[in-house]
Amino acid sequence: MATPLQIVVCAGIVPDPLQTLEPTTLSTGPGIKNEMTLPAVLDPWAASALYEAAALAAKNPGSKLWLVSLGPKAKLQQVMMTIAQKVPFEFVPVEGPIGGFPDAHSTAQVLAETIAALPGLDRSRLLLFGGWESATRGASVTLQLVGERLGITDQFQGVDQITLNDDSSIEVLERVEGGKHQVSICAGAPAVLGWATGNLPEPRNNPQVGMANMRTIMPALQKAKPTTLAANGLSYISVALPKQQRTTRVVKDLNPDEIAAELAAWIGAE
Amino acid sequence: MEGIIVLTHADDSGASLTKSSLEAVTAGLALAAQLNAPLTIGIVAVDPELAANSLASTGARVIAVSGEAFTQPRYATDAAACEALCRVAHATIVLAPGSSRFSRVAAGVAHRLNGFIDTHITAIAAQTPGVPGPAPLGTQESASPQPSIEVTRWFYRQRIEAVLSRDSRPWFLLLDAGTHTPFAAEPAAATIEQIRVELPAIRTTVTGLRAPQQGTQTIRPDAKLLFVAGAGWTKKQPDGQTHVPEAASLILGLLNSTSASLGSSKSLVDQGGEGNAVLPFLTHLNQIGQTGATPRHAKGLSTCCHGEEPHVVGWRFIAERRAVSLDPNCGWTRGKADVVYVADAFQVIAKLNALLEAGKG
Repeated sequence: MATPLQIVVCAGIVPDPLQTLEPTTLSTGPGIKNEMTLPAVLDPWAASALYEAAALAAKNPGSKLWLVSLGPKAKLQQVMMTIAQKVPFEFVPVEGPIGGFPDAHSTAQVLAETIAALPGLDRSRLLLFGGWESATRGASVTLQLVGERLGITDQFQGVDQITLNDDSSIEVLERVEGGKHQVSICAGAPAVLGWATGNLPEPRNNPQVGMANMRTIMPALQKAKPTTLAANGLSYISVALPKQQRTTRVVKDLNPDEIAAELAAWIGAE
Repeated sequence: MEGIIVLTHADDSGASLTKSSLEAVTAGLALAAQLNAPLTIGIVAVDPELAANSLASTGARVIAVSGEAFTQPRYATDAAACEALCRVAHATIVLAPGSSRFSRVAAGVAHRLNGFIDTHITAIAAQTPGVPGPAPLGTQESASPQPSIEVTRWFYRQRIEAVLSRDSRPWFLLLDAGTHTPFAAEPAAATIEQIRVELPAIRTTVTGLRAPQQGTQTIRPDAKLLFVAGAGWTKKQPDGQTHVPEAASLILGLLNSTSASLGSSKSLVDQGGEGNAVLPFLTHLNQIGQTGATPRHAKGLSTCCHGEEPHVVGWRFIAERRAVSLDPNCGWTRGKADVVYVADAFQVIAKLNALLEAGKG
């Protein structure tokens, strides 16, 4: 039996993974050089969460899906031009700084307060989705902190699959060590689910969905509340690119036997 | 004055601490010595006695929560356990392994204690008391001459490395696996203080583990070699045909010979979702890179993979890197690998498997 769900997806925006990143020092602390001009995408694992949430909502008529995102308005608008065409959702933007260096606790506080204030949200039915790690800070703590602030004590991280059972319980597959999944049965909402890759491909662009979403996205962006994030005692001593350049030996003149012999010796060497 | 607690948990056997927990113990001992701070070790286990005995020589205070509720790694019980241990220890610095079990709860526990957390820590250094360090970025002031702790971690998926510090306490630090030597000493009888935990309502039951691979386990965290299969394995070969079954056989043959861990590029894993020919044993769990794992192995061998940046960021902690690719201008040749063999991986791996098999005999 289908159960109407209330799903909130927290998703940040990150520089396109193909872009070269160069750290720099801003008046507020470390940042990425020209980050505001770099092409941005929805955080990859959070995007998985959004697509999984939309699929769940579609299977359960009457469900409601919110997408909560913190970032500069201009970047949010740019990313929404693409994401809005993927799946239907109600966008809840919060204007704030971009990047991985602001403190996660402050980010979580803003997100939790925003979610708690969502009109019509029944927190006893809330499934809080997001990526288990962002592609910026990559700390795997923000969603957990939001959940804790909202009083949710059933939390799962590295989720690849959930199954809703007829009794409203949820079977959850979480990534654990050794390439395995831990299987849990949760009694039901409320729960926090930090998604890994999931199982769904990226949805195709649907212009009709895009038009429907954009009707609410633009007014929401105009009304987005600006916020600042406290440092909470966090300071950066240095931020630098790793020294990763290797002197590569390109071998073009060996036959497969010779290469195999070289590799076998290399693999066997201590 | 700082006080340190190292949170640890038992492994699947219940009798020993996990390797990553023992690594955290090493980090805790070193930091306590640097800061001249008292050290407490907290254990979460069904029966912590055997695990505690392995820590007797540390000289640390050992506290534990125990009981059937802690056989299962789950948020509600583990958070309650860690919270109770931290409250008893009154520590300002909380070290814990970045295991899936503690990664799930550590931030929540930090919040309950009005603390703060940083994760994926790869190094910890205590600044010498009285010696001012460099000014924090974005400030004009020199750093406080008070003793401080500086930690190193990665941002932007291993593309930027930062050293950071916090004035706020308690400060939780989750340590990446493989960054410290596991603590090892002869076991002796240890004194354990059992800590009582008020458990919340339990709504989650762990029913077990599921391995997505069929037959062969292809992810081995302790392997010395990471073998990466790229999308080229399933592309058309010089005869105009794909050879996916042969590719699967060659890859599994190499894994069997070397006990290597199997990684993959995103493009190869994604092919399954796009309905293309796939290697049946590959899933997103094998994915290395920007949206995948960043494993730690001594050596890595990439095959049929272009070595693009989003994939290679997952190789950050692979010490020696070699690649086999038909493309002499692939990403690996641009300073990302130590050696690149411009050759057909089908031929090379077939020969390599034969050599490794012969070597076994």
